[in-house]
Amino acid sequence: MSERSSHRGSGHWWAQRLTAVALIILGLWFLMSILLLQDLGFDAVSVWLARPSNIIPMILTFATLVYHSQLGVQVVIEDYVHGPTIQVFSLRANVLGHVLLAAAGMLALVKIGFGL
Amino acid sequence: MTLSILHRMTGVALSVGLIILAIWLTALSSSAQAYGQVTALLGSFVGRLLLMAFSFAFFFHLCNGIRHLFWDVGKGFEMRQVTASAWTVVGASLALTLWLWLTL
Repeated sequence: MSERSSHRGSGHWWAQRLTAVALIILGLWFLMSILLLQDLGFDAVSVWLARPSNIIPMILTFATLVYHSQLGVQVVIEDYVHGPTIQVFSLRANVLGHVLLAAAGMLALVKIGFGL
Repeated sequence: MTLSILHRMTGVALSVGLIILAIWLTALSSSAQAYGQVTALLGSFVGRLLLMAFSFAFFFHLCNGIRHLFWDVGKGFEMRQVTASAWTVVGASLALTLWLWLTL
């Protein structure tokens, strides 16, 4: 690991690994669900995702993906984007972008889950 | 070493893929028409090529991620094991991508 890695706390390290392990299960669940669905049309996917047994894992999957992605991109920025101003800007843009992504995804999933 | 940089590249690519997933879900939550437009784009020739690339990135990042998790618990550090697991990751992610697109 690079010298920079030591600047990130162990909290980041653990969060990265825990979300990774969770995503092995959630990612494969999502992949298998899409494969088993056969029909990927609007009606079939809407009905499938509106079920509590699917919307709850999907919310977990999306939230975990966004968190894991934010942590991963942060590492890339810390290792490749040098210069104090541009790095701080990139790190904040990364957080903002992922917050917006989470908000958009959650809004969509809540609407689908409640049949709105 | 090579796979390490590929792990980061596929990770960043998957972050972009996450935007597509959000767009797909947003369209699904909006209307049948919006969903139809998004799936038409994804189903086009370029769309399919992109999805194939994303699926390879997904499988590679998944397989190599599992390899990293084994290293985290101190397993597989011998040079022989590192080489063997590297080739396993490459073979498995290519095979899984092929399997996915033959199944779909």
